[in-house]
Amino acid sequence: MRPFRYERAHDAAAAVELCGREPGAAFLAGGTNLVDLMKLDVERPELLVDITRATSDRIESLPDGGVRIGAAVRNSDLAADPVIRERYPALSQALLSGATYQLRNLATTGGNLMQRTRCVYFQDVTKPCNKRTPGSGCAAREGYHRGLAVLGHSQSCVATQPSDMAVALAAFDAVVRVQGAAGTRKVPLTEFHRLPGDEPQRDTVLEHGELIVAVDLPSLPIAARSRYRKVRDRASYAFALVSVAAAIDVDDGVVRDVRIALGGVAHKPWRATRAEEALRGAKPAEELFARAADAELERATPLPANGFKVALARNTIVRTLLDLVEQL
Amino acid sequence: MSTAQPVVGAPVDRVDGPLKVTGAARYAYEHPVRDVAYAVGVLSTIAKGRIVAVDVSAARALDGVLGVLWHENAPRLQTDDAELQVLQSDAVAFCGQFVAVVVAATPQIARHAAALVEVRYVQEPHDVVLSADRSDLDVPPGEDVDSDDGDVEAGRAQASVIVDRTYTTPAEHNNPIEAHATIAIWEGVDRLTLYDSNQGSHNIRDDVADAFGLEGEQVRVISPYVGGAFGSKLFTHAHVVLTAMAARAVQRPVKLELTRRQMFSLVGYRTPTIQRVNLAADDDGRLTAIEHHVVLQVSMLKDLTEDLAARPTRMMYAGPNRRTSHRVARLDLPPPTIMRAPGEAQGSFALESAMDELAIECGIDPVELRIRNEPGTDPDSGLPFSSRGLVECLKQGAERFGWQPRDVAPHGRLEGRWLVGTGVAASAYPAGRGQATATIRAAGGGRYHVQIDASDIGTGAWTVLTQIAADALEVGIDDVTLEIGDSALPRARAAGGSQGTASWGTAIVHATRKLREENASEATADAGDNPYTDQYAMYAHGAQFVEVRVDADTREVRVPRMVGVFAVGRVLNAKTTRSQLLGGMTWGLSMALLEESVLDARYGDCVNDDLAEYHVAVNADVAEIDVGWIDEDDPYVNPMGAKGVGEIGIVGTAAAVANAVHHATGVRVRDLPITLDKLLRAD
Repeated sequence: MRPFRYERAHDAAAAVELCGREPGAAFLAGGTNLVDLMKLDVERPELLVDITRATSDRIESLPDGGVRIGAAVRNSDLAADPVIRERYPALSQALLSGATYQLRNLATTGGNLMQRTRCVYFQDVTKPCNKRTPGSGCAAREGYHRGLAVLGHSQSCVATQPSDMAVALAAFDAVVRVQGAAGTRKVPLTEFHRLPGDEPQRDTVLEHGELIVAVDLPSLPIAARSRYRKVRDRASYAFALVSVAAAIDVDDGVVRDVRIALGGVAHKPWRATRAEEALRGAKPAEELFARAADAELERATPLPANGFKVALARNTIVRTLLDLVEQL
Repeated sequence: MSTAQPVVGAPVDRVDGPLKVTGAARYAYEHPVRDVAYAVGVLSTIAKGRIVAVDVSAARALDGVLGVLWHENAPRLQTDDAELQVLQSDAVAFCGQFVAVVVAATPQIARHAAALVEVRYVQEPHDVVLSADRSDLDVPPGEDVDSDDGDVEAGRAQASVIVDRTYTTPAEHNNPIEAHATIAIWEGVDRLTLYDSNQGSHNIRDDVADAFGLEGEQVRVISPYVGGAFGSKLFTHAHVVLTAMAARAVQRPVKLELTRRQMFSLVGYRTPTIQRVNLAADDDGRLTAIEHHVVLQVSMLKDLTEDLAARPTRMMYAGPNRRTSHRVARLDLPPPTIMRAPGEAQGSFALESAMDELAIECGIDPVELRIRNEPGTDPDSGLPFSSRGLVECLKQGAERFGWQPRDVAPHGRLEGRWLVGTGVAASAYPAGRGQATATIRAAGGGRYHVQIDASDIGTGAWTVLTQIAADALEVGIDDVTLEIGDSALPRARAAGGSQGTASWGTAIVHATRKLREENASEATADAGDNPYTDQYAMYAHGAQFVEVRVDADTREVRVPRMVGVFAVGRVLNAKTTRSQLLGGMTWGLSMALLEESVLDARYGDCVNDDLAEYHVAVNADVAEIDVGWIDEDDPYVNPMGAKGVGEIGIVGTAAAVANAVHHATGVRVRDLPITLDKLLRAD
């Protein structure tokens, strides 16, 4: 770990200003990912700008029926919030399936979205990694990649975004509110994280110095009967091999609306738009769900050791939809 | 003198419990030492080759850096143990080996400086892949690595059923909670004190004295409390010598604590195994021939032959025809070490899985199959067993678990979306004992001081030895003051091989007898050799029953309940014994489903080297574990009649889980761990 300077920002404008003027600056919120990576010498910020008091830590209902989540809201508080639990249960379930009590008590909403993708080679500075050192090569493609991406990866990177929370937010069309030197902008959650392409070092579309100030959830009645299913190697404290956030609305024997997002399969939360398309207007049945899953997963390009994820994702999508339909 | 009720056997709370929960018990890194400096190691990033340049200029330029050592300026050592020859040459023998060490005024500066040390290498091709097909597999040193009894081919010729399978177990890392740590304090050049986390202070003392050309008495190793070890702290590892070397170089006390990642290359691991088991049986399931052949790995640096995984196969079941062997590959990898039930843990997975496969082939209940093959005497030595409670454990376990009714055929039950199955395995672990010396001193007023360099690595030795002493002296436990974990105390074998309590307790009982006989105020006595060693075969036994539930869609495996019934002689403390057996079974569950150190052969490096990627069972993985023991009177093992309980709990558990997974799914996984991808792939 290398020496760094520390400053606390008391509002978002000050945070953006402090960070923006220094290329080596980074925002510090809960620190549950950044500090780990600093200890590993992967992240080497020269200045940490503490933003835990710079943005809202409140969850507010919006006039249009949506909800605004302050960037500083802790994961544990968000998971326990009565409005979230009632209107967006998959989000609460996703949060509770992630990490541990201790980490959730520290981790923030904005920080959760900003956690780096995972791969053992990214975390080991003695190994090649295009994300850590662009151009050095990808050690995972022909190495240990059992837990890595099957969708949307590139020659340069096969890492996966580990956030559970982001998968539920992707399913619900959440919008990330960002403040930068030039003002504020809104980024749909599904466009917030990037696929690796030729620039795997960029996990998100944020520019240096841009700060997440809030995440907005739209009014979404379908989300009240949503579910998050996380499949992992051990019962707790493990990243998803595959996860599914889903909600479905069946009316008059026909799928009226459906939301599906996948976690653990790509460099970003994977909104399963093709599966959704295949389902809308059709009669809900196991075979239909399987066809829809296949429609999404036919794009999968698994690596030698993670092909099981395709079957696992298919089975998990089908089962989650069946469980949801049974509840209706 | 207080009116003493016997306390041996009672569920006495840990005498060190309050110290531990209040944080007052000091672990190695926590001892306050004036003027201490901090050391951080620099590790090799290649698996084989030579160091051609070490640039320490940036590290030395940092304020607070007191010194940097590497092979060109490190003091010379005298040890013959290649693992302990730290910074003695430019040769790199494995990835993650010490190539330099930085000492600084604070741990932060030391860590920063260590990252600034630049080491250039000339890399040589490395050889790191274990395989049963290697042409260079060697007979490991040591006695009894192979056995051949009766006529295996003839036995197989008369069989009606043959099971011939290969089972593999991966490398696993011990991962105690307390990281390995050492503080070294020199007084002059010939007196060294170490605060160190280990399983036996005398082991460390001897090795460190040897390395620095000192007499044993010139080195004192203090280790009263140890936060887990599981074998990784039994032998001296390089960081201990390195810390002493660093302290001598900067002429200040020095502290070093390994990081979790460094523990994956520097303090050993369980060797992977490739095991071929061939069981032949007649129509009734009686074994007519048994073969078990094991391939292991060791480091090029040194041999280690503790993991004789086929050894238990020589004594578990009856049958006149039996052959076992062990072969090793020497690889450019870190030296393995022992890990809880070394050999037995891996070997029992293979043998007890094969017994399950045989039961299915024969159409015989697996409990019944084991009972039918119960030997009258030890098939290996020909000696009678001092006690053998295996059949009783199987019967009581089956009863407690509700084993019957059960279909022998797999894939029988679906409850909701869970495939439900049950499995059983049997276990054995040697009940040995070793060297130990204890001193007891009457302190007046019916109080006694007991001194012995025993080691409590979380097992409960502080408590159980106090109980043994109290009963032997016929006083209450509050009248006994115990001192352990210090090489200045009378020498005793380390905590390992489930022999600690048997050895140390025997020495305490003998010292008490001597105190009485001589009517003295102080007495010292040895445990001595067990006079029955040549007359009886001595083992603890156990039977493990497991229910698994496998998600029909995702193939996630859950273990809602396990029952273990053990034959461990006299139980000295019902509470700490239960904890040990629970811990062992939890380890077995973890071995079955989770643990695997992943080698990237391109680098010769373990790549999942932290606790997020290397999975050990967490609380949510462990549901109901029902632990029990049978009444077993064994007057031969030691004066307490007690057998060690530290390792028997893990033996067999992994096979019981694997057998239950097969029963639930119809899929036989022969390579641990049983992760869901192996079950999905098999569909």
